[in-house]
Amino acid sequence: MIEVKNLVKRYGSHTAVDHLSFTVEKGQIYGFLGPNGAGKSTTMNIMTGYLAPTEGEVRINGIDLLEEPDEAKKYIGYLPEMPPLYPEMTVWEYMEFCAELKKIPRKKRREEILSAMELTKLEDRKNSLIRNLSKGYKQRVGLAQAVLGLPEIIILDEPTVGLDPMQIIEIRDLIRSLAKNHTILLSSHILSEVSAVCDKIMIISQGKLVANDTPQRLEQTMKGVATLNLEIRADKKAVQRQLQSIRGIRHLSVKEGEEEGTVFVTIEEEGEEDIREALFYACANAKMPILSMQSVKATLEDVFLELTSETKKEDQRVEESPQEASPEEFKETEAMEEEEDVRDL
Amino acid sequence: MFAIYKREVKSYFDTMIGWVFIAFLMVVTGIYMYVYNFYYGFPYFGYTLYGIEFLYMIFIPILTMRSMAEERKGKTDQLLLTSPVSATQIVLGKFFAMATVLALALVPFFFTPILISSYGNGSYLIDYSTMLTFFLLGCVYIGIGMLISSLTESQIIAAVGTFVVLLLLHLWPSLMNLLPTSSASTAIGMALLLALVCLVLHSMTKNIILALGVGIIGILAIVISYLTQAEWMDGGLVTLMSQLELAAVLTDAGYNYILDVSGLILYLSLIFLMIFVTVQMMCKRRWS
Repeated sequence: MIEVKNLVKRYGSHTAVDHLSFTVEKGQIYGFLGPNGAGKSTTMNIMTGYLAPTEGEVRINGIDLLEEPDEAKKYIGYLPEMPPLYPEMTVWEYMEFCAELKKIPRKKRREEILSAMELTKLEDRKNSLIRNLSKGYKQRVGLAQAVLGLPEIIILDEPTVGLDPMQIIEIRDLIRSLAKNHTILLSSHILSEVSAVCDKIMIISQGKLVANDTPQRLEQTMKGVATLNLEIRADKKAVQRQLQSIRGIRHLSVKEGEEEGTVFVTIEEEGEEDIREALFYACANAKMPILSMQSVKATLEDVFLELTSETKKEDQRVEESPQEASPEEFKETEAMEEEEDVRDL
Repeated sequence: MFAIYKREVKSYFDTMIGWVFIAFLMVVTGIYMYVYNFYYGFPYFGYTLYGIEFLYMIFIPILTMRSMAEERKGKTDQLLLTSPVSATQIVLGKFFAMATVLALALVPFFFTPILISSYGNGSYLIDYSTMLTFFLLGCVYIGIGMLISSLTESQIIAAVGTFVVLLLLHLWPSLMNLLPTSSASTAIGMALLLALVCLVLHSMTKNIILALGVGIIGILAIVISYLTQAEWMDGGLVTLMSQLELAAVLTDAGYNYILDVSGLILYLSLIFLMIFVTVQMMCKRRWS
């Protein structure tokens, strides 16, 4: 288990990691989520001993990383952003070198190397020069090195970058199978991957920890501003008049619909009440057929975007928003924009 | 440490660097040996070694340039520093690997004294002790090269930097002749050296009080010595700087037939110092 307390890393006047505190417990998969430059890799580098923090402490199984680095590092397997490979070595030579570095007892080395290569499907490349491998295979070698000896704690920095979809699925399965007996911490900015694989998610933005919870609970925290999208065959004004009186609506917007004679209605709910029945009866009584009603639940992406953009606004810095957006339907995208507008007020 | 040592030695011979280093060193030494020992009939191989000292200037940078710089560039230092090995073990492993390559290049030289003796009267004592001196001097230079390599990510800068430093060391005796020996010049020279030391101290410790403190004490010492006309001020600068004449030990062994044991100890201390500072450089990078 890893405990991080009040971690700070400053480069001159720039604070890369700002008072980060969290605990990573055994038997779970943790995800580090954050925009580029948020401090994920820096934090991981500090946790594995590559960098030293400006302030704060890291404890691996109770051992202080700065006081007894050799002891603490024995428990960690690390795959950095760029796999640390020696191009002139063959895969087998490299694995032997890593096994010796990690102080795996001589008798068990061959066995451990073979099992690590089996897990990452490298057996048929064991005599290839690393320089001649494709990016995907290089990534696999890096991963094999990280799981070599099956250390208690495995830290992976963007493990699936550069892999083809088949390999990504294999790596995810590998991670899931390892999670039973190990602690795994992986970082990514592919939201779908993190929410599919991780038990707990930590969102980092601008060096600060803005969320630390299970994906389900994170999505629930957005429930308060759930949105309903309706398509109603009726006149715009009539709809507005009819629906305004319903309780529990924070914000109502009516637009011209796709088909003729229909309107798109976006309702932001307020409070916990389910207003769908009230809407149904209101429309039915006014003879306004509801062609579709859709509940838009907040997804992890919404949580992520909100939390990271809030931190951005706080720091008043201009940065690019994260690019990973799974294809969404038009309506849901609209709903999202409406959500954000309302929140600005 | 042993893992790193093995890997480095293997790497020197998997890539061409180790072979090239040994081959060229042997070719040039062979030519010198032929000319000195067999053509002109000089009986001591030690003299040849004294003559080829300049080769270190060219070949040591080739050997050492990639030792630290490449690790940083290829990010493989991330692997090393996140494994349960200390920075000291990493540096030691690399140093011994390079010393091994040098030693392997010198192995053929073991036979030359025997060869010479079969033709006339050689001296095993002179030859083998000069060989030891030569090897240790090479190790000091390797240490310097490794330190310079640890300061940069570019192998080229490391190579050129090492070359310049070794060239300066090679020319040191001639440079010493140019230095003035008067009292006043000694005072000024010492003050300049002191300023340099304080600058380095400040940049390493960022402690201005320490740097200023050392500077003030130093200046006082110099001024007092100058005013009281202390003996050591006369030609003192030259005496001080001459301590750095590393190749002098080799000259003593190969040219004057004197084995300067204190010189060998100087070599060992310098090797230790270079390794120590390199380890500090490695650790320093973690913190900034």
